Amino acid sequence: MAGGIRNTKQLDTANAGRPQSHKPRDTKGALRGLWGYLCRYRALLLLALILTISGNLLALVGPKLSGRAIDAIEPGKGAVDFDTVFYYAGLMVVFYIASSLFSYLLSFVMQTISRKMARQMRDDVFHKLLSLPVGYFDTHLSGDIISRVSYDIDVINTSLSTDLVQICASVITVVGSFAMMVSIEPKLILVMVVTIPMSIFYTKYMAGKTRPLFRTRSVKLGAMNGFVEEMVSGQKTIGAYAREEVITRRFDAVNKEAVDAYYIADYYSCLVGPTVNFINNISLSLVTVFGAILYLLGQLTLGNISSFVLYSRKFSGPINEAANIISELQSALAAAERVFKLLGEEPETADVPGAVQLENVRGNVDIKGVFFGYTKERTIIKNLYMTAKEGSMIAIVGPTGAGKTTIINLLMRFYDVDGGEIYVDGHETKELTRASLRRAYAMVLQDTWVFGGTIFENIAYGKEDATMEEVVAAAKAAHIHSYIMRLPDGYQTILSENGVNISKGQKQLLTIARAMLLDAKMLILDEATSNVDTRTEIRIQKAMRRLMAGKTCFVIAHRLSTIQHADRILVVDHGDVVEQGTHGELMEKKGFYYQLYASQFE
Amino acid sequence: MRMILHYLKPHRWGMLCGFLIKVLGTFADLGLPWVLAYILDNVVPLGRISLVLWWGVVMAGLAVAARLLNIKANRMASKVARDTIEVIRHDLFHKILYLSGSQTDAFGIPSLISRLTSDSYNVHSMIGRVQRIGVRAPIILVGGILITFTLEPVLTLVLIATLPLLSVIVYRVSKKGIPLYTKVSQSVDSVVRVMRENISGIRVVKALSKTDYEYGRFRENNRVLAENEFKAGITMAISSPMMNLILNLGLTAIVVVGAYRVNAGDSGPGGIVAFLSYFTMILNAMMSITRVFVDISKATASADRIALVLASEDELAVREGLQAGQEDAHAAGKEGAPAAQVSDSGAARIEFEHVSFGYHAKDGKKDKLCLKDIDFRIMPGESLGILGATGSGKSTIANLMMRFYDVSEGCVKIDGRDVREYTPQSLREKFSVVFQNDTVFNDSLLENIRFGREIDDAAVVRAAKDACAYDFIMEKEGALEYEAAIGGANLSGGQKQRLLITRALAGRSEILVLDDSSSALDYKTDAKLRQAIRAGYAGMTIVMIAQRVSSLMGLDHILVLEDGEAIGYGTHEELMEHCAVYREIYEVQMGGM
Repeated sequence: MAGGIRNTKQLDTANAGRPQSHKPRDTKGALRGLWGYLCRYRALLLLALILTISGNLLALVGPKLSGRAIDAIEPGKGAVDFDTVFYYAGLMVVFYIASSLFSYLLSFVMQTISRKMARQMRDDVFHKLLSLPVGYFDTHLSGDIISRVSYDIDVINTSLSTDLVQICASVITVVGSFAMMVSIEPKLILVMVVTIPMSIFYTKYMAGKTRPLFRTRSVKLGAMNGFVEEMVSGQKTIGAYAREEVITRRFDAVNKEAVDAYYIADYYSCLVGPTVNFINNISLSLVTVFGAILYLLGQLTLGNISSFVLYSRKFSGPINEAANIISELQSALAAAERVFKLLGEEPETADVPGAVQLENVRGNVDIKGVFFGYTKERTIIKNLYMTAKEGSMIAIVGPTGAGKTTIINLLMRFYDVDGGEIYVDGHETKELTRASLRRAYAMVLQDTWVFGGTIFENIAYGKEDATMEEVVAAAKAAHIHSYIMRLPDGYQTILSENGVNISKGQKQLLTIARAMLLDAKMLILDEATSNVDTRTEIRIQKAMRRLMAGKTCFVIAHRLSTIQHADRILVVDHGDVVEQGTHGELMEKKGFYYQLYASQFE
Repeated sequence: MRMILHYLKPHRWGMLCGFLIKVLGTFADLGLPWVLAYILDNVVPLGRISLVLWWGVVMAGLAVAARLLNIKANRMASKVARDTIEVIRHDLFHKILYLSGSQTDAFGIPSLISRLTSDSYNVHSMIGRVQRIGVRAPIILVGGILITFTLEPVLTLVLIATLPLLSVIVYRVSKKGIPLYTKVSQSVDSVVRVMRENISGIRVVKALSKTDYEYGRFRENNRVLAENEFKAGITMAISSPMMNLILNLGLTAIVVVGAYRVNAGDSGPGGIVAFLSYFTMILNAMMSITRVFVDISKATASADRIALVLASEDELAVREGLQAGQEDAHAAGKEGAPAAQVSDSGAARIEFEHVSFGYHAKDGKKDKLCLKDIDFRIMPGESLGILGATGSGKSTIANLMMRFYDVSEGCVKIDGRDVREYTPQSLREKFSVVFQNDTVFNDSLLENIRFGREIDDAAVVRAAKDACAYDFIMEKEGALEYEAAIGGANLSGGQKQRLLITRALAGRSEILVLDDSSSALDYKTDAKLRQAIRAGYAGMTIVMIAQRVSSLMGLDHILVLEDGEAIGYGTHEELMEHCAVYREIYEVQMGGM
C-alpha cells in the first residue's frame, strides 16, 4: 500500500507542506457538521461562555479601579487619601484573583470539551472508515486518510478550543473597554476612530499580500519533503553508485528554494507586528497629548488618563489578534471540510432487507454472466461464467493486470457486480449478509498483512477463542514455528513496523498459519506463496495441501507448476476468460495457456 | 541544543548586531510610557500646551524608530534562521547518505526522513521566533526595569520582586509539561498505527468480520490519547492565569507603594501611570513568551534528534593495516590474475575469507548470526550465483561485499584488499548493482539510468537494449524523457526491473551485482537478458542472486545457502551431483512437478 511505511512525523511535514489552496469546498456542510458536534456539549459550552464573560468583565474593572486609586493619590505630598487607595487596591486584588481563577476554570472546561470532542470525532472517523467499501481504500492514499485523524481533527480542535474562547473574550474586551473609555472621556475616543480602522485595514492588506508568499513557501517545502523522502528511501542505491555528492548538490538546490521561500514570506510578514505596534504607539501618543491638554483644561483627572491608556491597550489587543484568529479559523474550516467529507462518504451498501445468513456452507460457487468495471468507462470482467463444485480447485492464471484479483474481489463482495449473478450454495450473494459470506472464505493474499500485536494474536486473528495449542499447530503446519521459537519472546513477540526484523516471506507464512486456523469451507489463495522461496514452498506444500483439502479453492498463481492439478483452470487475458479447462485439455489446445506454460522453460 | 548553538556560531556577529537593533527598537517602545510620565509629572505642571505638543512629537518619533528598528531586527533574524537551517539540512542530508547500513537500520528510514523534514522545520521556526519574539520579552522586562529605575527606583523593586515568581512558574510548568507532550506524541503514534494497519489490511479485517474488534482497539488507543492530551493541556493552562495574576498583583502593589511614595513627596503620580503601562507591556510580552516556550521545547527535542544523526560515528571510515600480510595477498592476487588483465577487462576479484556476520552481533548476540563461516573466491570475469531460502542470507553477502555492513568475523577482499581499507567511494565505484526492490526515482527515465553519472546517449541506449528495456522505453511518451512517478508507480514491475538493470549496465563497472532483480520478468525475457549479459559484459565479474535455478545454472560458481551456512558450492553439474537440496529445488522448478 502506498504510504504504508510513512510514520506520523512524516505526516506532520506533509501537512506543513500542504498547499493552502483548495478544491471545491463545502463550507456549509462543514459548519453544519461542526455545529452538530458542538451541540453535544452545549451545557459545557454554556458554562464556558459564562466563565469567559465573567472573567473578562472582572479583568475589565481592573484599570477603572486603579484609576480611582490614582485619583486618590493625585493630590500629592501629604494629601494622599490612604483609605480610598487601600479600598481600591483591595478590590483590585479580589478582582484579579477572581479573574485568574475564572480563566483557569475556563481552560479546564475548554480542555474537557476538546478532549471529548476530539475523541468523539476520531472515533467517528475510524468507525466510518470501517464501514466504507474496500474501493475507497483502493482509490485514496493512506497518508491522506490518516492525516485527517492525526492532523485535521487536531487543527479543528485546537482552533475551536482556543479561538472560540478568544473570540468571546475579544468581543467582550473590545465592547467593554470601549464602553469604559466612553464613560471616561468620549472626546478621546476620536483618537481610536482614526487608529483602529488603520490597523484593521493594514493587517487585511498585508494578509492579502503575503498569502501567495505563504502558499509558495508551503509548495516549496512540500517539494523538499518529497525529494528527501525519495532520496533517503533510496539511500542504499545512492551509496551503491557512490552518487552521494551529486545528490547532495541537488538537495542543496531544493533546500535553497525552500529556505528562500520561507525567508521571503517572513520578510514581508514581519512588517505586520511592528507596524500594528506602531499604530498603537501613535494612538498612545495622541491619547497622551490630548489627555494632557484636557487635563490642563481641567476636563480630565490624572487617574482617568491612566485608566484610558490602559483601556486603549486592552482595546487594541484583540483587534490586532483578529487577523491571526481569522486565518486560524479558516484553516480549521478547511480541515473540517476534509473531515466531514470523509464522514459523508457513502458506506458500503447495507445488506438487503431480509438478507440471509449463509450457514452450513458446502462451497458450491456459480458465476453467471458477470460484468464488472472499477469505473463506469472500463469494463474489466465481461460476461464471465464459471462453476466450482464443492471441494474443487479452480485456478486463475493470466498475465499481470488481466483481472485475476478482480474475480476474488467479486467473490468476497469487496465490490458488487455490475451485471450478472454470483451464487454460493444456490443463494445469490446479494441476498446474503456480507459478514456471513466473507466468513465462509479463508484467504491468503499477496499483500501480507500483520498488525502491531503479538505473533499469537496475529495468527489467532480470525478465531477469537483459539487456544495456544491450536495456534502452535497452525504455525508448525506453516513451517514458521521454529522461527517463532527463535525470537526472544516466542509467540508473545510483538510485531511492529520497525521492531522485529520479519521478512516478507515470514509474514506470508504467518498469514498462511492464520488461514489454517480458520474453519472456512472456501479458500482463496492470491499469489499466496509469491514471497516464499521455492525451498520453503516445497516444505509447506504438504501443509498447503492439507489446508486445501475438502475446500473449494480459488488459486491465483504465477508459477504454473503449482496449479497443474486444478480441476479447472481459467485463463484470463484483458478481462476475458480466453480459455477454460484442465491442464491436459489446455495443453492439447496449444493456445494461450500453452504459450504461457512453454515460456517457463525457454 | 548544543548542536543549534554550534551552527549559530558563524552568525554570532550578525545575531549580536540584530540583537542590539532589537534592543534599541524595544527601548524606543519603552520610551513612550516614559515620555507619558514625563509629560504628566513635569510638562503639564508648566501648563504650556505647545510644550505638550512638542513632547507628543517626540513620542511619535520614538514610535517611528521602534517600527523601523524592529522590522530591521526581525528581518536579520529571519536571515540568520534561513542561513543556519540551510547548513544544518545540508550537513544532515549529507551525513544520512553516508550512514552505514546498520546505522540506517537503527534510525529507520521514516525516522531519518522526519528528522530532515519536520524536525528541521521545527528548528527553523524556533530560531526565527526566538530571535523575533523570544528575546523581546526579556528585553522589555530588563529595559522596563532600567527605565523605571530612572523614574522611581523603589517602585522598580516591586517589579523586580515578581521576577523570581515568574521564573519559577515558567520552569515548573515546562518541566512538567514537556514530558507530557512527549507522551501525547507517543499516543498519537499508536492511534495512527492502528489506523494505518486497518487501511492496509481492510480486506482481511472485513473478510474476518473483525470490524468491531478493530473499532474497540482504536477506541482504546484513542481514549489514552485524549487523556494524555487533556493532562498536558491542563498542565500548560496553569501558566497563563498564574502569570497574569502575579503581574496584576504586582500592579496593585505599585499603586499601594506608590501611594506612600507620593504621600512622602518622593514621587509624582504620573510615574505610577507610567508604571502601570509598563506592567501591561510586560504582561503582554510574557504571554507571547509562553508560546515561544512551547516552540523551544518542541525544537529542542527535534534538535536532539538531528544531533543524534550528525554525531553518529563514521562507521565506514577507512581502516588501515587490518590485514597482516595483506601485501602478500595482494601479490598472490597478481599471480592468479595478471595485473594487466585486471585493468583491461575491468573486472575484479572477490574473496570471502571465513566471513561471519550478524546484524546485531555488535551487541554481543552471537547466536543470531545471519552468515556463518562463508568462504569463497571469484576470479576476475567469473560469475557467482547465490541460491537459498528466504532469510538465508543471500542479500547479506551483497551487502558485505559493498560494505554496507562490516563483517563480524573474517574478511571480505576485493582485488586482494580488505574492503575496509577502501574509501567507500573507491570501493563502490567498482560495483554496478540492482537491489531487491531497488528505487526508481521521480525523474526522467534517462536520468534514472544516468543517475548523476556522465554517461553518453549511445551507452544508455546500448545498456537499455541489453537489459531488454529499449522497446518499452521507446513506447513511452517522450521515450527516454518519460517521467517515472515516485517509486516508479507508473511502470509495471517488469519494466521497473529492466530500467534498474539498464542503470546498472550503463555504468560499466568492474562488478555487476543483481539481487533478485529479474523476478518480475517472464522466463523468456529473463533468458534473453542473461544471454545479453554473457555476450556483452563478459569482462565483468558477476554476482547474481535469484530464486530460480534457471537464472543461475549457467554461471561459473553457485553458492547454496541455508540459514546462513553454505551447504553447497560449485558448478551446476557439481551441485546436481553432490547437493541434495539444490537438486530438489531444481527438480521442482524445472518440471519434476
